[in-house]
Amino acid sequence: MSYCKQEGKDRIIFVTKEDHEAPSNAELVEDDPNDPYEDHGLILPNGDINWNCPCLGGMASGPCGQQFKDAFSCFHYSKEEVKGSECVDYFRSMQECMQKYPELYPQEDDSESAPSGGAEAAPADSTSTDSASVSVPASEEAAAGTESPATS
Amino acid sequence: MFTCKAVWNKLAPLAPLARASSTLCRQGGKRAAVFRHERRPPLVQQAHMSSGPTGGGGENAIYLVLVGAACLGGGVYVYRTVSGDKARYEERVTQISSRLGSPAAQPDAPVKTQPEAAASEPAPASTAAPVEPTPAVSEVPAHAPYLLIGGGTASFAAARSIRARDPGARVLIVTDEADLPYMRPPLSKELWFSDDPAVTETLRFKQWNGKERSIYFQPSSFYVSPMELESVENGGVAVLTGKKVVHMDVRGNKVKLSDGAEISYDKCLIATGGIPRNLQVIERASEEVAKRTTLFRKIEDFKALEKVSHELKSITIIGGGFLGSELACALGRRSADLGLEVVQMFPERGNMGKVLPEYLSNWTTEKVKKEGVKVLAEAVVKNVSYKDGQLEIKLKDGRAVKTDHIVAAVGLEPSVELAKSAGLEIDSDFGGFRVNAELQARSNIWVAGDAACFYDIKLGRRRVEHHDHAVVSGRLAGENMTGARKPYWHQSMFWSDLGPDVGYEAIGIVDSSLPTVGVFAKATAKDTPRAATEQSGTGIRSESETEAVAGPIAGPIAVGTAPAPPPQQKEDYGKGVIFYLRDKVVVGIVLWNVFNRMPIARKIIKDGEEHADLNEVAKLFNIHED
Repeated sequence: MSYCKQEGKDRIIFVTKEDHEAPSNAELVEDDPNDPYEDHGLILPNGDINWNCPCLGGMASGPCGQQFKDAFSCFHYSKEEVKGSECVDYFRSMQECMQKYPELYPQEDDSESAPSGGAEAAPADSTSTDSASVSVPASEEAAAGTESPATS
Repeated sequence: MFTCKAVWNKLAPLAPLARASSTLCRQGGKRAAVFRHERRPPLVQQAHMSSGPTGGGGENAIYLVLVGAACLGGGVYVYRTVSGDKARYEERVTQISSRLGSPAAQPDAPVKTQPEAAASEPAPASTAAPVEPTPAVSEVPAHAPYLLIGGGTASFAAARSIRARDPGARVLIVTDEADLPYMRPPLSKELWFSDDPAVTETLRFKQWNGKERSIYFQPSSFYVSPMELESVENGGVAVLTGKKVVHMDVRGNKVKLSDGAEISYDKCLIATGGIPRNLQVIERASEEVAKRTTLFRKIEDFKALEKVSHELKSITIIGGGFLGSELACALGRRSADLGLEVVQMFPERGNMGKVLPEYLSNWTTEKVKKEGVKVLAEAVVKNVSYKDGQLEIKLKDGRAVKTDHIVAAVGLEPSVELAKSAGLEIDSDFGGFRVNAELQARSNIWVAGDAACFYDIKLGRRRVEHHDHAVVSGRLAGENMTGARKPYWHQSMFWSDLGPDVGYEAIGIVDSSLPTVGVFAKATAKDTPRAATEQSGTGIRSESETEAVAGPIAGPIAVGTAPAPPPQQKEDYGKGVIFYLRDKVVVGIVLWNVFNRMPIARKIIKDGEEHADLNEVAKLFNIHED
């Protein structure tokens, strides 16, 4: 059984696992999906890509940012059967750019994640900006985002 | 103009020259000079008139003397002011003409400086002292569309945000540090836990997911060189190191650096952070004491302290907050291997006394002690002196500590020197630049990070000195600099680790003076000692007593409803949630040894609702699970 005690202005409650088994009856306010103030995940409510999403790490802001944006936009708006099939040129120029900065874009990931980084980032669109980074090859991760190095 | 008129109205009856002088007055021009000029006639008139009609004898003479003296005094004053004005005017004119002259005088040698700035340091090589020569005016670009003053976390987050939203943006970061932008939290935590002896050079640490990374946000190849910034094809971020912005001309949209160079901007961010505070007693103490004191904030402070920890026998940390406690624990962990005595002293009753409620602060202090730290609570430093090769710290209650080195972790003084020249408001309650909910100080100027005192729509005006806030506010400032017009909404969080047993994340206003409700996971008699240990998440050594007591006590508690709490010192605050309340609304939450629940905490604060039973709210956190 749980018990509680009061130490001055501070109240302390000890609860067992059983005490917390019953679902909570605390009421939370419903979220407005179109709240303009809210941070959004990778995809904005209007369907555009949120280039400022922490999940992208520094991909959209680095030296190859423009190439990345072109490639990923093309992929995102692609209506082809094989999504992004017409975007090969963009991905190629992005890869070429990334090869010039091996420190920022480690080479061993390049061949896989350049095209697949786009493919995985899209379905993995996170609504929570706390979530860990997507499989992007950037050498710095979302540690510079809201995610702290202390938690995974 | 107003004072001119007011004075003039008083003197009007006396002066026949009123009309002529007041027109002069209204014409303005050199207002001050005119004002003073026109003051002369009425005084003269006055003297004239008073000596005229009154006539006769000694009275007149005294009167004359008095008036003459006043006239003389006035004349001297006027002369001084006018010549002072003239001197100031000439100085100003020469200043302006020299400024106009200097851009023309800039030698164009970008090619020379380029290879050094661009290829500065690959990550593993030495990170300090860039190869650049003594700062020449030629290194500084004349204009930057986005100018970020300060090269810390907020600035970098803003740079990234600007680049993400404004394609091809050209962002210039100006920092007085010698290093590229880096994150501070590992300087007092992860870097100390590294097994690599070369950590002071590499500055790499292991994250919780096992992956290693550098404290620098990006290696130097990410940045473009400042002189290339204007011409590089898709824009970029350039960092000007070792330069301090000393003057800000808001009307002219430009700043002046310490070496005289000027940079104009379209949009500017002030992210100057702050400098560590020092104790007055140390400031007043001798040079010997100052030499042996570290004010910890930057990479060089980490390097110096790390070196000192190997060489000396005793280090004392003054301050019981985040930085002080983290450093104490970091050094404490090493104390056995290094043969180092680590002392921590602070005026509060326990570690994190201003953040955690008393019972938790006491519990934390015990944990810090177990890390090998000698903790002196309720310690107020009276004076510090250098004696016989050691520092002697005398406390107000008579205790004395002899030590080799002091680390002062007593707070941060926000850097607001630019407020004067820029005409920006400083907040008197919290310090820092006062900005609105969109982090704007004036039309083209935003402030983010430690130096920003901003209006939080949910929690009121505040200033936050945490890493995640620097990231969130920097990102928001960057968004607003590119036209987003969003207020501070996504609540930032913070965290701290004090040894293997105590790790917590927190969000909102976490002030121990607020009433709190803490909900902790209790081990039941049903659980095996091992399961109970795992469930409460604490280390093994503290559990042996708790297990012995939990058995017999759990019986009566299960049967009766009257709370019969076991003796306090057996209480184990292993895992839980603490709510901080202001007018019955939750304004702050600490997640105590429970991780990955921050989104729920954020939501509760965002809602700002009054909850009747906080235990129900606590259920949302599922504290019993990992």
